[in-house]
Amino acid sequence: MAIRTIDVAAIRKDFPIFETGLAYLDSANTSQRPKQVTGAMLEYFEKFNSNIHRAAYRIAEEATVRYEATREKVRAFINAASTKEIVYTRGTTEAINLVAYAWGRKNIKKDDLIVLTIIDHHSNIVPWQILAAANGARIEYVDIDGKGELLQDQFADLLRQGPKLVAFNLVSNALGTINPAREMVAAAKKAGATVLVDGAQSTPHQPVDVRALGCDFYAFSGHKMLGPTGAGILYGRRELLEAMDPFQSGGDMIKTVRVEGTTYHDLPWKFEAGTQAIAEVIGLGAAVDYLDGLGMDAVRAHELDITEYAYEALSEVEGLTVYGPPPSRRAGVISFSLDGIHPHDLATIADRDQVCLRAGHHCAMPLMTRLGVPATARASFYVYTLREEVDRLVGSIKEAQRIFA
Amino acid sequence: MATADDQFYREYIIDHFKNPRNYGRLEHPDISHEEDNPLCGDVVGMDFRVKEGVIEEIRFHGRGCAISQASASLLTERLKGMSLDEAKKINKDDVLGELGIDISPARIKCALLSLKVLKVGAYGLADVDEE
Repeated sequence: MAIRTIDVAAIRKDFPIFETGLAYLDSANTSQRPKQVTGAMLEYFEKFNSNIHRAAYRIAEEATVRYEATREKVRAFINAASTKEIVYTRGTTEAINLVAYAWGRKNIKKDDLIVLTIIDHHSNIVPWQILAAANGARIEYVDIDGKGELLQDQFADLLRQGPKLVAFNLVSNALGTINPAREMVAAAKKAGATVLVDGAQSTPHQPVDVRALGCDFYAFSGHKMLGPTGAGILYGRRELLEAMDPFQSGGDMIKTVRVEGTTYHDLPWKFEAGTQAIAEVIGLGAAVDYLDGLGMDAVRAHELDITEYAYEALSEVEGLTVYGPPPSRRAGVISFSLDGIHPHDLATIADRDQVCLRAGHHCAMPLMTRLGVPATARASFYVYTLREEVDRLVGSIKEAQRIFA
Repeated sequence: MATADDQFYREYIIDHFKNPRNYGRLEHPDISHEEDNPLCGDVVGMDFRVKEGVIEEIRFHGRGCAISQASASLLTERLKGMSLDEAKKINKDDVLGELGIDISPARIKCALLSLKVLKVGAYGLADVDEE
């Protein structure tokens, strides 16, 4: 079968924001959204705006059908066994907090070990720190080598201590490192751990198969994969979700409420209390359709091409240091620093050329400390990124070097 | 675009960034305080030697963007020889005025970090109003 390719010039027409001449190199932060996504949301607002699961009139039925349709789209997209395993959340952060609260409080006990990594995002660190402090558990972090790749020997050593939970990101948001997740999950499961994979940076950029991955939980956000903010997913293996207590409670997550007590709704609605982000979930469904239309193999192939191009272009700039592994083992993310120029100054100068660049600690302060830098500049790419946008970035870098010469 | 024409990274700002005035540490300072801006990793610290209510000697140290470091350098120039009572009156408009450039909301924290060091360190104020 021929490998599909992405016609970038053609699909950019789906993204009105590019008409302004913007070179958007911050998709690891949040992606842009095509008209198909905003259109699906607008259609809801203008044609069948109503609450779901509650009303017997036609537009409410339409809203409910479209809202629930996203669940099947997402299930197929990540190859989960059942839509009961697909829980809507506000995003990755809420998904991980849900697990820390509803699974963690019950299952993590005094002196239990939680294994995280030094390249995890704050959203996959802080909820576990809070849980560990509350329940008296301890946390160990897997370190990285000089290329920004996890020390698998150290990971194996930690697994021998019998951790209760192992949580790590499939792709590092700060370095772009693609972790050998399948091997890591298999080893962690063999060691008896429950495994959560943070898929915030992997789901938008490469094919994902949670059953092949073998993890217990998998979390990701819609807004990094062409969808709107406010809609994300927690995948959880059914038996784990069944055994868990609710997270937030209130309307819609119940079966019966009596003054003596309450019985909870079936999966996945047990975890979806209150009126949900209906338009956003519908938008996420449209984003999944859009990515399916492109093909995730094609998405990854395009990003690899852009990343190789950018890696080479940036490596040629004098006084520029690139962090992390070579392009073949990294997603479309390049963190770097410039001698004598702070990332914020570079970002300000790039902004004047309409080049959107991230500068800061990327919500990965333990990693910045580990690298010994206060902050880095970061360029990240997606389905719509052109080589000439990378060229414009290089132009901004040279302009910054001229100003600071 | 030549450096001198740059409306934001003006020549004197780059100069203060690259050749910071009063840079370093004081031995046995009367006041020493450091603040950081965790979002971007800027750090500014100041050491003061005060004699009879007058800032006799001042040094700053730190790292970060051109705006945060130039702002600190400019502020130490102003503070040297000033009485603490006078120094207390320095406000954000003075600091921004000294920088002499339009600071966007995203960069205001960088520009005012040195003022925060002065206010919190020298007078023990909780924070600086950035509004």
